[in-house]
Amino acid sequence: MSIEIKMAWRNIWRNSRRSVLTILAIVFATMLLVFMLSFQFGSYDTMINTAVKIHTGHVQVQAEGYRDKMDIRLVVPDPDAVDDIIKDIPEVEAYTSRANAFSLVSSSDRTYGVLLTGIDPEREAKVSTLKKLVRRGKYLAQEDTDMALVGELLARNLKVDIGDELIVLGQGHDGSVAASVLKVKGIFSSGEDKFDRNSVQMPLGYFQDVFFMRGAVHEVVVLGRSLEDVKKIKKELGAGIRSIDSDGNLVVLDWMKLMPGIVQSIKLDLVSGLIMYVILIVVVAFSILNTFLMAVFERTREFGVLIAIGMTPGRLMRSLFLESVTITLIGIILGIISGSMVTWYFQVHGIVISGAAEILSQYGLPERMYPQLSVLSVSIGAGIVLIITILTAIYPVLKVRRLRPVEAMTAV
Amino acid sequence: MYLQMAWRNIWRNPRRTIVIMTAVIIGVWAMIFLGALMRGISDQMVRNGIMTLTGHVQVHHAGFRKDPVIENSIDKPEVVEAALSKILPRDARWTTRVRVDAIASNARHSGGVTLVGIDPEQEAGISFIRQAITEGTYLKAGDKYGIIVGEALADKFDTKLGRKLVLMSQDTNGDIASRAFRITGIFKAEMETTEKQFVFVTITAARKMLKLGNQISEVSILLADYKNADRVADDLRGVLPSVSYDVQTWQELLPFVTAVLKMYDWFIYLWFLVIFIAMGFGIVNTILMAVFERIREFGLLKALGMKPWWIVKEILTESFFLLILGMVAGNALGFLSVFALADTGIDLSALSEGMEFAGMSRVIYPVIAIKDIVAANLVVLILGLLVSAYPAIKAARFTPVKAMAHT
Repeated sequence: MSIEIKMAWRNIWRNSRRSVLTILAIVFATMLLVFMLSFQFGSYDTMINTAVKIHTGHVQVQAEGYRDKMDIRLVVPDPDAVDDIIKDIPEVEAYTSRANAFSLVSSSDRTYGVLLTGIDPEREAKVSTLKKLVRRGKYLAQEDTDMALVGELLARNLKVDIGDELIVLGQGHDGSVAASVLKVKGIFSSGEDKFDRNSVQMPLGYFQDVFFMRGAVHEVVVLGRSLEDVKKIKKELGAGIRSIDSDGNLVVLDWMKLMPGIVQSIKLDLVSGLIMYVILIVVVAFSILNTFLMAVFERTREFGVLIAIGMTPGRLMRSLFLESVTITLIGIILGIISGSMVTWYFQVHGIVISGAAEILSQYGLPERMYPQLSVLSVSIGAGIVLIITILTAIYPVLKVRRLRPVEAMTAV
Repeated sequence: MYLQMAWRNIWRNPRRTIVIMTAVIIGVWAMIFLGALMRGISDQMVRNGIMTLTGHVQVHHAGFRKDPVIENSIDKPEVVEAALSKILPRDARWTTRVRVDAIASNARHSGGVTLVGIDPEQEAGISFIRQAITEGTYLKAGDKYGIIVGEALADKFDTKLGRKLVLMSQDTNGDIASRAFRITGIFKAEMETTEKQFVFVTITAARKMLKLGNQISEVSILLADYKNADRVADDLRGVLPSVSYDVQTWQELLPFVTAVLKMYDWFIYLWFLVIFIAMGFGIVNTILMAVFERIREFGLLKALGMKPWWIVKEILTESFFLLILGMVAGNALGFLSVFALADTGIDLSALSEGMEFAGMSRVIYPVIAIKDIVAANLVVLILGLLVSAYPAIKAARFTPVKAMAHT
């Protein structure tokens, strides 16, 4: 152990009460940041995964412009060709095709306009949570034709129950009138009002017959093995699509393009969070600045003697800086440990924020939130604290440079 | 004497005092400014909610909220009107509406909307729509074919002023009613969902289309002061039997907003506490230092007959001065930054879709809430004095001889 480290270490414990308080301040800040960042990242993960599972999947192939206009004529004409490409991408977990049409749906005494979606029951169950969301009745079977799954709120509005008939009226792919009668087979509830009030699902094959789709679909939905695989899937799929679609009518969209609201609200949350953390750390920094300052000023005489007997100011500064850095590092390490432990506890048990359940369900989130401890959340939190604290430590240390031995030794 | 001594003592080491005061100033500023920003967001949410057709109190048919269809209309609006004119304070305004889910379509597109039949003159003083017209004109009473649509809807439907839009809905007989309207006005709202959801026609046109007599779907009431909503609603409930009428305040009509408000309350106070803890360590440490370097002095004072309690009081007074100075400056800074942003606000249009997703508007204006200011200052002052008690008691406990021997 070099002499500087030894000196720094002993100096820290000369006034142990002060050092402990300073370390505690740093522990508090680090712990809070590790927990809060893990909490934020955890909620983003849940948010993205839930939304991906209920709605969009990770990547979709659509006709150019379909996302904005939802025009029934903007189709993926040959989904099988797209499937052939997807089949060869190893990162793909599951994929399916869907077709949508805005239609009038009537029960015996009510009529509502809804988004009617044609799904491939077996493949859909692997891609989305729809099957699990069916609360009453049954999920669609592969051989079903004129059957439908209805959102809970819509079922209530339409006053229909399992087994009742629905009359569907809409516009087909070729512009002609499309009409059919469907039987309610199941009622689903996602907790997200907009979805539960506004959607009806039916088998894709029958949908294609009713709406004269001639085998075409609107979306080919791909679920990757994990969020990290999305980029690769998008790239490979994009390359494959270009080979079968020479006119450039088809586009490959990832979840960020499909749900820009989520991406932006995550950005918003992250930015506002970071601003708060920086303000918090600045307050902490000023709180501990006094400790660092005092460590220098109450030892003016001592420094005078040290310089007089031949210690270079540079070495002295190094030893002092080492002192502050050691305090900071002890604080940060303890903070990371305790913060990780707190986070880990809640990661296992979950957190229920009182009154927030209502808000969360509207974003399709479960009531219980789970923070997600990760290298990223720990290192960002600790990093911010480290940088600001070190900056704080530099100022008092620089003061030593201007020390004159004779004057310093006479100081009280 | 205490005051003078304490005051002089804190300036014995001005650098130290200024550093810890800066911590208090930044802390108090952060409490006030970020608190004001959060209040601004939630206030705007409430205002948007109220202006977007909600009003402070609404009256519906008893079954309408669960099942918003045309059958659940108020059959005798004159009963409600009589009750309103009896109960409402003079400065309250109200309007009647017909409101029903409908399907809008033109040659190329169709989609679900909410058709709102309004009384143009009464409505103007109550909801956002009169002020929101960006193109064309507002509806005139008795207009049979005019319709006002949102900018986003016009975009989605590839349509513009003067074009036709067909609305379809179920009429009172259970048949499909449809009627062609001409777009006479386009409005822009705070939220894109509002623009996409609502289309406005005159109440006469809506009644004609839906084969309604003089029934209405809802009465929306705007009070001079929103705090009276509960009282007015209670009074109305006393007159309008709950079997056939449903009276609700904005808190009940906007459960999402109410939940967000509650969460923000909780969050703001948590933030105050966190910031305080961050400052607290500094306050304790600084006072501790100030105490320990004066050990000999305290020993001497005690030897001269100063009571331990007086020493505690003296040190608490010092910390009181520190806190008060920091608080005054922090408050001033907080108010200044809020006022600086009062006109321009913080424009977050760049993240508009995210804001929309979170139910916020595109520009945030900070709003000062008295209760937050009081809470922030109380937290700092009371907890600040509380944590200073530790070094103060330490100082009071020194025995004179030991203390005077201390180097």
